[in-house]
Amino acid sequence: MPILSPWRSDFPALAALAADSQTYLDSAATSQKPQAMLDALLGYYRAGAANVHRAQHLPGERATRAFEEARGKIARWLNAASHDEIIFTRGATEALNLLAYGLEEHFHAGDEIVISALEHHANLLPWQQLAQRRDLALIVLPVTTSGQVDLVAAKHLIGPRTRLLAVSQLSNVLGTWQPLSELLALANTHGAITVVDGAQGVVHGRHDMQQLGCDFYVCSSHKLYGPDGVGVLYGRAATLQRVLPWQFGGEMLLQTDYYTAKFRPAPLGFEAGTPAVSAVIALGATLDYLASLDGAAVLAHEAALHAELLAGLGARPGVRVLGAPQTALASFVVEDVHSADLAHLLTEQGIAVRAGHHCAMPLLRGLGLPGAIRVSLGLYNDSGDLQRFFAALDHALEILG
Amino acid sequence: MSALPAAAEQALETFSQPISWEQRARLLMAWGEQLEPLTDDERSEPNRVDGCESLVWLVGHFSEGHWQFRASGDARLIRGLLALLLVRVNGLPADELSTLDLAAWFSQLGLARHLSPSRTNGLQAVLTRMRELTLNAPR
Ligand SMILES: Cc1ncc(COP(=O)(O)O)c(C=O)c1O
Repeated sequence: MPILSPWRSDFPALAALAADSQTYLDSAATSQKPQAMLDALLGYYRAGAANVHRAQHLPGERATRAFEEARGKIARWLNAASHDEIIFTRGATEALNLLAYGLEEHFHAGDEIVISALEHHANLLPWQQLAQRRDLALIVLPVTTSGQVDLVAAKHLIGPRTRLLAVSQLSNVLGTWQPLSELLALANTHGAITVVDGAQGVVHGRHDMQQLGCDFYVCSSHKLYGPDGVGVLYGRAATLQRVLPWQFGGEMLLQTDYYTAKFRPAPLGFEAGTPAVSAVIALGATLDYLASLDGAAVLAHEAALHAELLAGLGARPGVRVLGAPQTALASFVVEDVHSADLAHLLTEQGIAVRAGHHCAMPLLRGLGLPGAIRVSLGLYNDSGDLQRFFAALDHALEILG
Repeated sequence: MSALPAAAEQALETFSQPISWEQRARLLMAWGEQLEPLTDDERSEPNRVDGCESLVWLVGHFSEGHWQFRASGDARLIRGLLALLLVRVNGLPADELSTLDLAAWFSQLGLARHLSPSRTNGLQAVLTRMRELTLNAPR
């Protein structure tokens, strides 16, 4: 029985892409958007744009209220203890950079920062550069062949010198959930600050910040069916107090003279300059839309489609899937075929998948691969998409054979 | 402007016909197979072109006012694109090469998409390297 998505028609881009003969299987890079989000974006501009947190006039008041309501929606989506724990950034990458600069004071030569071997560049480079600036040791946790952080090694590598642990929740290359509760517990034992890169994880299922118990959690709106240009940094109130502002200007201050300033607490103290007002409001509309869906049905749909993807890949001789993907995506290579050639021929056939190193160069190098093809799913994908992908894959392999 | 080199003439004739994507891909691979192989020494780090998803090497020689390039790669379709590039540029006088519109050349062949900024196949990076080589060459 082919799997259909009851939500596909909520996303106008799917029909537009189909009219262009494009099959979109790259949602882990960015997602398509629901009509509700498009309406909110247009609705905001149509009704009158205004800056937030600075104008006394009616449009300003309205924009500020909608903006702050969106903050509340995210707080509820993540079950944060308070909406003051939600900071808007330009994306997950900026949120991680904010942390690497804002926490810099707490690091001293010889301290250790622990990440994992499968981190996206966004959760590697800010820490790598912080380590260089402050003469810290960057410790990289190895990953098992199935694609999880190796907990046995982690027990040895996370220790009393560990000041910070930064790991992703769901790998953007391997599609594997990481053993967060064990890793966070290890870090907590040693009083280390914990950062979770939820850029992929947030898209699949609801995650409860109070239950997860990390200090910081970052994600990007554009992967979660929201607009681009917005990211979210969740920070536990107590730990947020240890972060210093990193960008200065606009309304992030309480008072200033020419020579000194006093800054606002979180969240506004970390939101210097005019934020992406329209996009934040539209993200709120996306969350309303997502909250209106049957979450269990979405997860079941994604799981069934993912199983179909893995079965199809597994049935093709020569295809090697990287790790043991659990959710939403799978990366693969084909024996004796260059993934750049395969990507070329899939593109020719209107299959939109990602090829290359997926912003995880060291991970792929560690696997001895120059690149891989990644197929990733959104809640709007269906069996038809996978059938077109597999037909194109077979055709490409025949040409390259 | 001198006439198109004979091999370029032939490429143009082949690729400018209305052909399916599949024929085009097969033709590209066939052209790639005709690339003169590089020696192990030539497949060196300095000759490697950065910014390619696959490995690509480019070497250029300048003698008596003319450029002669050789190139290779580890992926088959990029080798085809390299072959189509080389037939257009090889043997040209330096001043002609410096004003040659290579994007237009690939457009004529129906391969313009391979130069789009979102492509990481490296053709654009190869053109950039070629430009650097020719600009830095002694005149
Ligand atoms: C795991 C992971 N972390 C971080 C990021 C960076 O997200 P953004 O580019 O939206 O800042 C991505 C996006 O690809 C990702 O997959």
